[in-house]
Parts: sequence; structure tokens; C-alpha cells
Amino acid sequence: MDRYNSLFTGLREKSEGAFVPFVTIGDPDKQTSIDIISTLVEAGADALELGIPFSDPIADGPTIQKASIRALDNNITPADCFEIIAAVRAKYADVPIGLLLYSNLVLANGIEHFYASAAEAGVDSILIADVPVRESGRFVKIARNHGIKQILIAPPNASEATLQALSESSEGYTYLLGRAGVTGAETKAEMPASELVARLSELNVAPPLLGFGISKPEQVREAIEAGAAGAISGSATVNIIERNLEDKAAMLTELATFVANMKAATK
Amino acid sequence: MNQLDSKFGEFGGMYVPELLIPALDQLEAAFIEAQDDPEFQKQFYELLTDYAGRPTPLTKTRNLVSNPKATLYLKREDLLHGGAHKTNQVLGQALLTKRMGKTEVIAETGAGQHGVATALACSLLGLKARIYMGAKDVERQAPNVFRMRLMGAEVIPVNSGSGTLKDAVNEAMRDWSATYNDAHYLLGTAAGPHPFPTIVREFHRMIGEETKKQILEKEGKLPDAVVACVGGGSNAIGIFADFIDDKDVRLVGVEPGGKGIHTHHHGAAISTGSKGILHGTYSYIMQNQDGQIEESYSVSAGLDYPAVGPQHAHLHATGRAEYVAIDDDEALNAFQILAQKEGIIPALESSHALAHALNMADEAEEETLIVVNLSGRGDKDLAHVHSIIGERVDSASNKENS
Repeated sequence: MDRYNSLFTGLREKSEGAFVPFVTIGDPDKQTSIDIISTLVEAGADALELGIPFSDPIADGPTIQKASIRALDNNITPADCFEIIAAVRAKYADVPIGLLLYSNLVLANGIEHFYASAAEAGVDSILIADVPVRESGRFVKIARNHGIKQILIAPPNASEATLQALSESSEGYTYLLGRAGVTGAETKAEMPASELVARLSELNVAPPLLGFGISKPEQVREAIEAGAAGAISGSATVNIIERNLEDKAAMLTELATFVANMKAATK
Repeated sequence: MNQLDSKFGEFGGMYVPELLIPALDQLEAAFIEAQDDPEFQKQFYELLTDYAGRPTPLTKTRNLVSNPKATLYLKREDLLHGGAHKTNQVLGQALLTKRMGKTEVIAETGAGQHGVATALACSLLGLKARIYMGAKDVERQAPNVFRMRLMGAEVIPVNSGSGTLKDAVNEAMRDWSATYNDAHYLLGTAAGPHPFPTIVREFHRMIGEETKKQILEKEGKLPDAVVACVGGGSNAIGIFADFIDDKDVRLVGVEPGGKGIHTHHHGAAISTGSKGILHGTYSYIMQNQDGQIEESYSVSAGLDYPAVGPQHAHLHATGRAEYVAIDDDEALNAFQILAQKEGIIPALESSHALAHALNMADEAEEETLIVVNLSGRGDKDLAHVHSIIGERVDSASNKENS
């Protein structure tokens, strides 16, 4: 089942974009994490982007790094993350679930083993933050064998050669970077150069979702107006978790409101 | 596609966010052009000779080795301006920075030696330097922090993670992801993503080339063994590079054994680690069963790194070089012996290489000629070593005086 394809087809018919929140799995603990992710779906998230915590997240800013540290401090392992994903998948059969993580976690017990575990848990796509298109060959191949989409990143500064290579392997969606730097809500996304979006569309890559620095509904609207198929919001979502660590009910309420507002901007 | 080979056997590569690929490609192109440009080579050579003080001497030790069958030479990178070999490649990369039209330099530092080298090169060549340093290292290496600041560099303490070199590298890479248009990431060791391991090796290659020429002049033959300490592995690859094709020369890399490689407190990535990806390169790293990076430990901040350069991984895998571990106590012992016997205070990093070379010399049963890369001097370590062994040394010398 191609959940991304169904999602984007359905949204196109309704002339809507996708809103995709990101959270770190296991942050701050296992049960709360399942409740957080369920809340995101119930509040209208079109798809999920979920991070497996890593000790050295070089592409992440302080907000998501702290989320990783909270999860690791609670001894969350990749195996725990797959259990959490399986629990979410059991509740929501149709929502596309993407994993976002770092290469060493994929390699640690063998790439095959990792993709097999992901597929079994119900993962639809995997984005490895430190695997550029150039190094992606063996990951793409194994992903296909397991029915998983390997997500690739289109940065604002990509060369034509990178975009060409991306178009050859692109599946699921394309992670369109809104700006340089690392993840974080502090530095706002710039709207993608219309040339880049046009070029991606010419190359027939999978639908682009704009990420990095998306924290407000108007940015979601602008992203879709600029030609993106939707937007991903990570640090802004994780900030809500961080702000409400002492009050789970307030955390879930605020997350639901945030997602509903962001989703409303896609219509 | 890369113009140079980005891998060493299965090791190396460019495991970085897509954003950094254009900056790495630009660097590779600038490096290739510079290597073919006589004007660049002339500038680099002049800086190395007239400013940094190359060639450095190759010193035959007089009193250090008691076994008459063994001869031990020291390649005196400790005498290089800046106090360690680091100055070589920093001058090269600083020139590349200017060649690329960039005005700022980002660097990470552990012991502070690479930070000091970066600060001096940036001061000399009019570049703006910001240097990330683990908060724990800022404390351990206060004199080097002051040196960097004196030379106009901004030193940024990194509190995340273990507060050591690996966290400083994370922060430097994050900075570079946002600033690559104006800033060059001046990586300090022969690790990280391609093209850094190759650039750093080539800009340190003269260490081995000079050593070869000098030992041939003095002894009329190549050494039996070349020994160097390995954290990330820059001084080792610098002295090894020109000997790799001389198959009769043993190449020995000495990793930090910390409190012992059977404990969790060491930095011996090759001796005890497994294959994985850290900071853009596939190599040997210290990790747990899930692939989370473990914190390394060494008495020497410059060796305190849970990975190793990919070419060392390849030299190990192919058997061309051998890698051993020397623990804190052995290194501290060698530190003192060199001071007592030869009047040279080595860096704690280099003391690891020396300690192993002394073991080799003691055990030699036939004529053995050993060269140790004395990669840095120990001034920066004095306070740290004094706090560990100071009392013993002070009371021993008081007894002698009475």
C-alpha cells in the first residue's frame, strides 16, 4: 500500500496541502510519546515525521537535540521506537509514517535488519539526515526491497547534478529545505525559490514538503502557494512538548490546537 | 561526483547533510587547483619555512634508550611555531579559504592545539576565526584558550553532550550548515567527510618526507618503524604518508588507552571499536549496540575522540599499519622520562607514541631504528600533569636538594 500516494492524490482532489508534524520518538517517555503522536493524528496531521533519538544529531538545532537527550536519558532505544511506531500504526492504518534519523543508527545492526524492522513496525519512509543523494544508493536499494520509500533532501543550494540524481531515486515525498542551517523554529524558513520548485516539478520528483523553520500557519500557506505539496514542522512542535513537560494534559491540548491551526492553513 | 576518490577501501565517504555537499565540492575543487598551482605551493612553502619554522629537526635521543640495539629518533614537530604539527595543515587550509574568497573560519578543538594553530593562521592571513571547544576542554586547557583569544579568535564553549571534542565538532558542523557561503570549516584532523582526510594528509605530508630525507642522511637507511599517536590521526597520517609504499617500514599508530581498554574510559577506536559513521565518515568508532556514540576518555584532550580518520581504518583493515593502545599512566611516565633524560617536555598526546616506542626499544633483539613523531610540546599540559603527578616530582627533587 502506497500511503503517500493515496494521501497526495486525496489532497489534490480537495485542493489541500499536507501538514506534517515532527516529534522525536520516546520524548519524553514511551507512553507519553504514544499519546503525543496519537494527538497529532487526531488533530488533523496528514502524515507523521518521527525521529529516532541519536547521541550526535549534527543536522539538528538545540530544540530537537534536547528532545533526543530527554529520550536517551529515559533509555529509549531504536527497538523501543519501533514498538511505539507499531502501537501508532495499529491505531491508524492509513496515516503515512516517516522516520527521520542518522546513518549510524541504520548501520549499527545491519542496514537490512534496520529496514526490515521498520517495515514490520509499519514505517512508510526513511530519511537519513546525514546521507546525501551521493551516498544514498545502497540505502535506496534496500529500502525498495522492503517497500519503504527513501526520502531525499532538496536543499536551496543544490547543484543540477544533485537534482538530477535526486529525481532518479525520488519516492514518497521530497524534503524541500526552506533555508540553510540546522533544524529550529528560531530562524524562519525562506520561501523556496520558485525556480527550484519549478525545476523539481520538471524533474518529476516526488511531491515536495517544505521543512526547517516552519512554525506558523501563514508559513504553511505561503509554502503551498509557492508550489510545495505541504509543510513539515519539527522544532515548533517539539517546543510545545518541552514547554509542558510538567503538565501532560496541557501539552496534549496545546499540540492539538497547534496542529489544527497549521492544518487549517493548508486548505 | 567527486574528482578525487572519496573513500579508502570501504572507509571514508561524505555522510553529511545534503546542504553541505556544495561546500565540500567547492573545497575539493579549490584543493585540486591549488595543488597544481605553483603560486599556491610557493606561498604555502614560504609560510612553512619563514613563518612556521620548517623543516623541523630529527633528533637522535642520547640518554633515553638503554638497549644498545635500539636507536630512537624524534621528529620535532614540537618545535614548530604554535607548538605542534597542527600549524602545517592549518596554514594550507587558511590559504585555501582565501582562495575560495571566504573571509571567516570555523574550527573545533580538543586540546586547543588545532584552535591555537587556527587562531595564529587567521591572525596572520586576516581571517575571522570562531573556534568551538568542549566546555570541559576549555577548563582543562585554559592556557590555550587564552592563546587563541590573544590572537583574536572567538572561543565558543560547547556544553552539549560530553563537552569534549566530539561535541565541538557537532557544533562546528551546525554552524557551517548555516554559514558556508562566507565561512570555511577548517577541520583539524584527518577525519570528517571527504575531502578533509585527503587534504589534511597532503598538508601534513612534509612531516614524513622530511623524516625520510633526514634519516637517510643520518643513518643511510630507512627506519624499521615509524610511531605516532592517533586521536583523529593527523600527525600519524602526516608522518606515515610518505612511508606507506616502503613496505619494510612498520607503521605504528598509538591510540589512547585511558584507564585501560578493558574499561569504558579510553579513546581507542581502532583497538576496541567497531565500524560506523560519525561526523561524516565511515570508520572505526566507539558506539553501543544501538549505534549511539560513546564518550571517549583520555588524560590527553587531543586524543579524546571516539572515532579515527578513515585512512587509518583502511591501513588497519589492510594490515599495512598496526594500532596499539597506551594508557594514561604509561603516557604520563613517558612524559616525565623524556623531560628527565633529554630535556624535552612532550605533549601528552605525543607521550603516548613515545611510551610505545620505548617499549619497542626495550624489547628489540636486533638492531632497530625507530622514529617517533613528537607531534607537540607539553607546555599546554603542565598544569594538568602537575595536578596529577606534581607532588611526587616536587618531593623527589626536594630530597635531592637536601
